[in-house]
Amino acid sequence: MNEQLTILLVVVPLMIAPITALFKSHTISWILTAIVSLTSLILSFIILFDVIDGSHVIYELGGWRPPWGIEYKIDSLNAFIALIVSAIACLSTIFAWQSVPKEINENNYGLFYAALQLCLLGLLGIALTGDIFNLFVFLEISSLSSYALISMGRSRKALTAAFSYLILGTIGATFFLIGVGFLYAASGSLNIADIATRFSTFADMQLVMTGFIFILLGLGLKAAIFPMHSWLPNAYGHAPSVVSIFLSATATKVSIYVLIRVLFDLYPVAYWQALLLPQILLVLGCVGVIYGSFRAWQQVELKRLLAFSSVAQIGYIIIGISLLNNDGITASVMHLFNHALIKATLFMGAGIILYRTNTTKLSELRGFGGSMPWTFAAIVLAGLSLIGVPGTVGFVTKWYLLSGAIAQGKWIVVVAILAGSVLAIAYVWKIVEAMYFNSKRKMVIQNVKIGDINLAKAPFSLSLALWIGAAGCLYFGLYTELPYQSAQSIATALLSSEVAP
Amino acid sequence: MIEYILGHINYWFIIAVMMVGLYTLISRTNLIKKLAGLAIFQTAVILFYVSLGKVTGGTVPIVDEAYTLYSNPLPQVLMLTAIVVGVATTALGFALVIRIKEAYNTIEEDAIFTLDQKDHE
Amino acid sequence: MMINDLILRVVTKWLSPIIILFALYVQFHGDYSPGGGFQAGVIFSTAILLYALTYGLDAALKVIPETALRVAASFGVLLYGGVGVVSMLLGGNFLNYSVLADTPLAGQHIGIIVIELGVGITVAAVMILLFFTFSRRVDPE
Repeated sequence: MNEQLTILLVVVPLMIAPITALFKSHTISWILTAIVSLTSLILSFIILFDVIDGSHVIYELGGWRPPWGIEYKIDSLNAFIALIVSAIACLSTIFAWQSVPKEINENNYGLFYAALQLCLLGLLGIALTGDIFNLFVFLEISSLSSYALISMGRSRKALTAAFSYLILGTIGATFFLIGVGFLYAASGSLNIADIATRFSTFADMQLVMTGFIFILLGLGLKAAIFPMHSWLPNAYGHAPSVVSIFLSATATKVSIYVLIRVLFDLYPVAYWQALLLPQILLVLGCVGVIYGSFRAWQQVELKRLLAFSSVAQIGYIIIGISLLNNDGITASVMHLFNHALIKATLFMGAGIILYRTNTTKLSELRGFGGSMPWTFAAIVLAGLSLIGVPGTVGFVTKWYLLSGAIAQGKWIVVVAILAGSVLAIAYVWKIVEAMYFNSKRKMVIQNVKIGDINLAKAPFSLSLALWIGAAGCLYFGLYTELPYQSAQSIATALLSSEVAP
Repeated sequence: MIEYILGHINYWFIIAVMMVGLYTLISRTNLIKKLAGLAIFQTAVILFYVSLGKVTGGTVPIVDEAYTLYSNPLPQVLMLTAIVVGVATTALGFALVIRIKEAYNTIEEDAIFTLDQKDHE
Repeated sequence: MMINDLILRVVTKWLSPIIILFALYVQFHGDYSPGGGFQAGVIFSTAILLYALTYGLDAALKVIPETALRVAASFGVLLYGGVGVVSMLLGGNFLNYSVLADTPLAGQHIGIIVIELGVGITVAAVMILLFFTFSRRVDPE
């Protein structure tokens, strides 16, 4: 019975999303979305506790045995990613109760929530599947729904942002498809485990290396690794608040998960170590950290600042992967979880500010933090996690990353990480300063109807979601047992899979 | 050398179509032409997969008593899915172009960029 | 001009049912020859599109109202997922057609036909919906 629960993670959104698209009322669509995200969360927990001791759950779709059929092979890494995606979906759904009626046109409620559920379906499918073409299909499902979701933003710049994300994302997915085609031509199979076991029989074909480069380029575009990150600031800056929260915390993380799968499970590590790929990834990661943090410091608008900060954090994860020791990969896997939590909290704070003042430009937020002290405290807490202050989740990641870098003797990396943290202090201080200190000009609230009472306090559901996120940042920073144990076992499993069974 | 090129001539044509698609995508500033380039690029990838599946001397993969050697049906089936994905992407792109035209009154990329810059101040 | 308009209208009136019939032929021959859900759905939508292009959008909306299209699009996906759920309830894995009937062969036949029907309905409905939505937003010149 437990096996059937794994496929329910994909079937439940698949069946409920078309029903949601038919309704126009906000309440019904929201309730259906809440059912879907709650079910996914519970199922991910059950699956995670099933596989955390190192066993696998194997599910054959349609009863066809692999390698002819599609199989879902779930180990701790899959379950971990599924848990992250479901948890962020639950947080976004709580947040959406009051944020969506304010930002989305009222004819589109059902379609908006249906697109959100389809995005969740795609991301969960990527997290679970063990067949590489099935992964492409789910990748495209999640990407197409995110293009539609981003275009529902309020300003017209959301449309151009969604269009440029569509072009770049489709190029990335098509490159991934070309790489998969080359790999299929070389190996004759589409099953990840099957390709990995038989890899030595076709490893010397030029096809395999070209396919590898295409897959890497495609995934790099999707994961916004520097220098292929140009779609990210516009897309996350102009999207509706719920969409920014959900996508910034999950979409790039899942693409990095696919990258980890390709680098460690599909191709043996020795293959791409000879290509100098770890060094290239290291350089790209370090430059990404410094570039992202520097551009974030320059921004004048809150959501764009947070989006550039995402580019920097993805750079940290890439550094961790390229270090190729236990500490580095543990730090990367944990940062997938930590950054999802931190970014979701920060974007939720930005959403609350947008809800109450209709603007997110830092220059117009002078002193606003004084009138919402608890929200401001949560934003500051998440900002401290971003910097890496001890006691918060960000610190755990930076600690293991630094110890991994020192163990390998790469001092440039240590300098880059510390420089990134210093720049993070700079741009978090920018946010804090904008919200805390009054200026001589009184704050102007934009586009408010007369008699609007929304400025009294932050609405309940928004604050609830924000404080769940902020509490998570603090809790998992002090009691790191659950994420650390999972990340440790995942890292050991990934590094030891070089020895083909 | 010549036999190598002539033996793989289908792949050379596919690469040519792919490059035409990519070039159109990058060099044209009209949004609809960009989408056309994207569609050509995806079509080239579909052609590539289908021509991978051809077995020398094999016939179409429909079961019939008279034939014993068939081409590989798996790439063709995979490409059905990829064609649908391409259609959905193109449809979404055109919907976005229609809304951009309503919002900006132009679909030239540099005109949209200048309008956005003016919005900033 | 008048004569060209007349030829178009007459030919459309005769051709549209034939195109729909051909779409159904392609749909149900997906088991034995090239065909299946997606192709059949697109051909079906071509018939309605031809009618809409010749007679105008309002006439086409009288043939198929838009709410019916939205319900049909959702119904096709639910049919597809429903077959999978039914096979899970009958004991097999998701989308295992062999458990749907007494013999595995009959089960495979039933499963494939129903799934392709779902795909065909959704694709036809979505294609027609796309055309109607686009043509309503772009002003006729």
